[in-house]
Amino acid sequence: MTRATRRYSAVPRWVIVLAALGACFTLLPLVAMATRVNWGDFGALITSESSVDALLLSLRTSVSATVLCVVFGVPMALVLARTSFPGQRVLRALVLLPLVLPPVIGGIALLATFGRRGLLGHTFEVLGIQIAFSTTAVVIAQTFVALPFLVVSLEGALRVAGTRYEAVASTLGARPTTVLRRITLPLVLPALLSGAVLSFARALGEFGATLTFAGSLQGVTRTLPLEIYLQRETDPDAAVALSLVLVVVAVLVVGLTLRTGSVDAGLARRPRLAVVTPARETHSAADGS
Amino acid sequence: MRTSTRFIAGLALSLAVVAGTAACSSSSSPDSSSSDTATTSSLSGSITVFAAASLKGTFTDLAASFEKANPDVKVALSFAGSSDLVTQITEGAPADVFASADTKNMTKLTDASLTASDPVNFATNTLEIAVPTDNPASVASFQDLAKADVKTVICAPAVPCGAAALKIETATGVTLKPVSEESSVTDVLGKVTSGEADAGLVYVTDIKAAGDTVKGITFPESSEAVNTYPIATLKDSKESAIADAFVAYVTGTVGQGVLADAGFAKP
Repeated sequence: MTRATRRYSAVPRWVIVLAALGACFTLLPLVAMATRVNWGDFGALITSESSVDALLLSLRTSVSATVLCVVFGVPMALVLARTSFPGQRVLRALVLLPLVLPPVIGGIALLATFGRRGLLGHTFEVLGIQIAFSTTAVVIAQTFVALPFLVVSLEGALRVAGTRYEAVASTLGARPTTVLRRITLPLVLPALLSGAVLSFARALGEFGATLTFAGSLQGVTRTLPLEIYLQRETDPDAAVALSLVLVVVAVLVVGLTLRTGSVDAGLARRPRLAVVTPARETHSAADGS
Repeated sequence: MRTSTRFIAGLALSLAVVAGTAACSSSSSPDSSSSDTATTSSLSGSITVFAAASLKGTFTDLAASFEKANPDVKVALSFAGSSDLVTQITEGAPADVFASADTKNMTKLTDASLTASDPVNFATNTLEIAVPTDNPASVASFQDLAKADVKTVICAPAVPCGAAALKIETATGVTLKPVSEESSVTDVLGKVTSGEADAGLVYVTDIKAAGDTVKGITFPESSEAVNTYPIATLKDSKESAIADAFVAYVTGTVGQGVLADAGFAKP
């Protein structure tokens, strides 16, 4: 409380210089791209039928992929953070692999799995499910590359949150599912939200795996990144305009999440636990700190 | 937790930026063999050749034999889609020779006065139907590609191979209902070799280069769309003598022989 009487910098000046250079490296290309935008035709370029189709398809598939990431990613993060079993470290590394894998390799791997001649392809064909060249294939590709983002951010949050509240709740007789619903998930909700947003952003930008695995057809599999790649061939102006749209959507998504404070509200949320926990658990849970 | 979240957020953002700018280009510079003493070439130096992706096999061979004939010369190669290469050249990439898969992309360079001389047409290529080796949909003609139960993949009309497909559709009155319109001919071929698609429209040379992985089905209507390949020395070349010699080599007997072996036709 008393040490803040004088302004001090926790970061050496040379670190700030390097950080500024790094920031320029990241931002300058975006600025340079913005200077190439043909503002006169901007409206017409981004509202052409193929552009609108691509944007809507991208939003639709990215939302589906994000839902799938939450459905499967939350249990995966819980198992990785809260249980221990032989080979867990190896499994964690493997599960996070799509994070560092070039997307085109993801596409090839997905083909080998869900393709018509893939491992599961025949099974799906028997069931009457067509994955090749369908919107489903796009969602699968996006989920594959986006899932690790949710798992990695949620697992970290779960570890930091610790198991104290959970342990107390279960000694008071709460069943595992109740603990999960009323203690664990509310505690890591901010991380879950930011993880979901990162997954959404990754799904929105997915290109390589989709191109390799799903194909490219307007309104069915041609998402915005694929449309941009194709437009570049004939109409660089349209490609630049659409790129800007994608950047703006990504910035909005990330910005909105940070603004709603979901990332920073982690600690502030803690007292609310007392409110959401049942009356008989309130005492112990609130005294936890 | 905050640190790690921030870190991941930062990581994700930078990944997104990198992913957005990913480009596909490859270059190779085969080692020249110094054992050859048959020729007495006075050329020395190195040039960079930008060539359409479909020329990868032939130009890799030609560059190696050109280096052999001119022991003091190095040829670096960069292969990509013709329009990608044109973009790179107009943005100032250091290239000495450009070989395009169509006249349209070469025209972009001549219009911008970036070529040193008039481009020379050195080869032509036509479309052929590629099917998986077992031909699951029993495709036998161009008309078969329009059948509802045949999963056909073609190039998007925006790229040369797609424009050629569209030309044939218009000429024959057959309307294809492709399940995918890819942005490059290699993507079309990939969908066929993996068995995802029942048929694809690619170039004769692609099928020849793919060997046993796909089966080719020629169709007479392919003559409706013939792609012409032009080559030119670029204006900003610092080694224009070597660049001119390489262009002459490609258009000469050796070059034409190698190209014909790969399935290219004469212009």
